[in-house]
Amino acid sequence: MTAGAFVELKAASLTYRLGKETTLALADATFGIGKGEFVAVVGPSGCGKSTIMKMVTGLLPATGGEVVVGGQRVTRPIKGVGMAFQNPTLMPWRTTLDNVLLPMEIVEPHKHRFRRHRAEYVERAMALLKTVGLADFADKYPWQLSGGMQQRSNLCRALIHEPEILMLDEPFGALDAFTREELWGVMQALWLEKRFTGVLVTHDLREAVYLADTVYVMSRRPGRVVMSRQIDLPRPRTLASTFEPAFVDIVHELRERIHHEHAA
Amino acid sequence: MIAGRSREIVRLAMPWLAMALFLLLWELVCVAFDLPEILLPRPTRVFEVFFQRFDILLAFCWDTLWTTLLGFFLAIAGGVVLGVLIGASPLVYSGLYPLLIAFNAVPKVALVPILMIWVGVGATPAVITAFVISFFPIVVNVATGLATIEPEMIDVLYSLGATRFEILRKVGIPRAMPYLFASLKVAITLAFIGSVISETVGGNRGIGFLMLSAGARNDTATTFAGLFAIAIMGVAMYAVCALVEQRMTRWAFRGELVS
Repeated sequence: MTAGAFVELKAASLTYRLGKETTLALADATFGIGKGEFVAVVGPSGCGKSTIMKMVTGLLPATGGEVVVGGQRVTRPIKGVGMAFQNPTLMPWRTTLDNVLLPMEIVEPHKHRFRRHRAEYVERAMALLKTVGLADFADKYPWQLSGGMQQRSNLCRALIHEPEILMLDEPFGALDAFTREELWGVMQALWLEKRFTGVLVTHDLREAVYLADTVYVMSRRPGRVVMSRQIDLPRPRTLASTFEPAFVDIVHELRERIHHEHAA
Repeated sequence: MIAGRSREIVRLAMPWLAMALFLLLWELVCVAFDLPEILLPRPTRVFEVFFQRFDILLAFCWDTLWTTLLGFFLAIAGGVVLGVLIGASPLVYSGLYPLLIAFNAVPKVALVPILMIWVGVGATPAVITAFVISFFPIVVNVATGLATIEPEMIDVLYSLGATRFEILRKVGIPRAMPYLFASLKVAITLAFIGSVISETVGGNRGIGFLMLSAGARNDTATTFAGLFAIAIMGVAMYAVCALVEQRMTRWAFRGELVS
């Protein structure tokens, strides 16, 4: 697995320093993510799941070991990454369309073409909004959208510049159960179409199994990867498949392992 | 519908009714206790003087207004620049913020005599006092707007490869706008206080000077007429700022947009 992986963590660790105190947030994470693979990281709360995300994107460079993305060692924020958090962080002064277009104003080479070729980019954004069912809401402002719609536009913004890596930090955590499960389908459809490398951090085990090719289970703080589980269920997975024995068994297996962590 | 409309009319009329009631009470108290004019002139008398001396009041109002506005606009320009610097750079923040607070704690009346020594009497100290007094809320608000950007938003932009300047331009400035415009309402009222203080302490023109000299002649009615004039200008400028605020940052008034 690790050989020829697109994203590689080699004994990566991260220590926070706050004044005199140092906290080891993540200890010795070693795993690889293949190009176009979708992985999920689950674990008890406060185990450093989000730290992995920040390390891979270079927002928080690893303090020990190393993180390699596409053959390059990560020491500062890397480009061509899409990110989506639990908080949709849309800009309230921009319409949905303009929010989705934001990366085009920042990422090269689009940045320099944006003004002159705006129509072309608008078309691209509209196509993306259509795939998530938001075509009619392009001119609405974020506060005029429901939580689920805001999160869909957030996903569009994270994907518009066709990043090689998509980082998702509990993106559906604040949504109600129905909307959340609906968005799993949306997310899967987007991934099947674009085949980016996806890293999903979540505490929802069904979500992890539904979306991922591989699920990594982390221990309590300081987080270590204690289990890696291939999910070889056929795609596209549907809500119905979440009730099939094979799916349920994997969820149980993961839950057992996390319970074990909590008990330890 | 009809009920809704008349309700709306009542709502709009309420401040005027409240003011009329206040003036009526004032008038009644003056009549009932037979108060001498030098102590507290009746509102009807104040209005009489107001219209008798309308030309003088207007000229002096104009002096106060332009010194106030000039100081106010300087405060906006300086306040935005310093606010952006403080809000965007933790280093500038830690260096300047304590100084700003100390500076703000100094009573501005105390500055006027010093200013008079430096720049003489007249319009200049009034402009400077208006500037100095209305500067602080603008700086603090702009800096707050910048400093309270969600960290996730910054992460998203950094991971797209945005520079600090781009983050400032795409997120910081738009986000600070409602804070800026909210501070303008406070700042314009403070600017009036500043210029009037300066006129009272060391002026040779303006409403503050008019009130002071009328007071010295025991002409209390004229003093009150000046007070009314300041109040009218203050409310008018506040209304202008509130209108500009609503126009410029409609997204921050989301409730009104949705309906």
